Amino acid sequence: MSQPATRAKPRPLSPHVMHYKMLPTMLMSGIHRVSGAALYFGTLLVAWWVTAAAGPEDYFNFVAGVYGSWFGQLVLFGFTWALIVHMLGGIRHFIWDTGAMLEKHTATKLAWATLFGSIIITVAIWAVIFWARGAA
Amino acid sequence: MSKSSDMRTPLGRVRGLGAAREGTGHFWQSRVTGLALVFLTLFVVGLLVSLNGASYADVRAALANPLVSLVLLVTIVTGLYHMRLGMQEIILDYAHGEFSKYLLLILNTFFSVAVGAVSAFALLKIAFGG
Repeated sequence: MSQPATRAKPRPLSPHVMHYKMLPTMLMSGIHRVSGAALYFGTLLVAWWVTAAAGPEDYFNFVAGVYGSWFGQLVLFGFTWALIVHMLGGIRHFIWDTGAMLEKHTATKLAWATLFGSIIITVAIWAVIFWARGAA
Repeated sequence: MSKSSDMRTPLGRVRGLGAAREGTGHFWQSRVTGLALVFLTLFVVGLLVSLNGASYADVRAALANPLVSLVLLVTIVTGLYHMRLGMQEIILDYAHGEFSKYLLLILNTFFSVAVGAVSAFALLKIAFGG
């Protein structure tokens, strides 16, 4: 009556993600994962910046120029949003870990709060950046 | 696969271990590093906003401050550990072949260590006046 070492037949898989209706909690789950992956590669931008600061002034100014260009600012804006939405998503997971706010409609409200909260905080951070730049 | 020496059922042997064979360790570590990162990240975002448009000399002076340097080092180590755990989860979800799975898991570790080593070295160089 021993079990075979390998499976006799493939195990059943759940339906592909495209077969489900998109729900706010599902959307935010996906955004949490994608933002996490983006931040993973975003660490290269941090490493490049601190490396440049540790190097000669000319090189630092070059990197600062890249980050200060319109494209650089766009990427950094995206980086900021990925950071904030991932942070709020993480806090949402901490809340869920306690067993709270898991009820269907509450979880949906929490998902929207994560999305809108992340947009508001990101825009606020960049408002401070542009305000400080104008004041300087 | 031993047939008679182990009294436990196949399910009993693997229950709680998961795809990475390390039980709930992954879950708990990601939560603890994530909790630390909430505070560390807020500090770093504040620092970077304050350094917006700053000159080479100003940036180096800020990064040479012992407290700033220490918090940045802890943030980098904690962040890279956290992201390595997260990427491991993504790899285990999508890499189905044994070879591709282990290759990606190894690359994940290499990437995290490399980014951490380069960043930490740069920060220490600035902190020690290099």
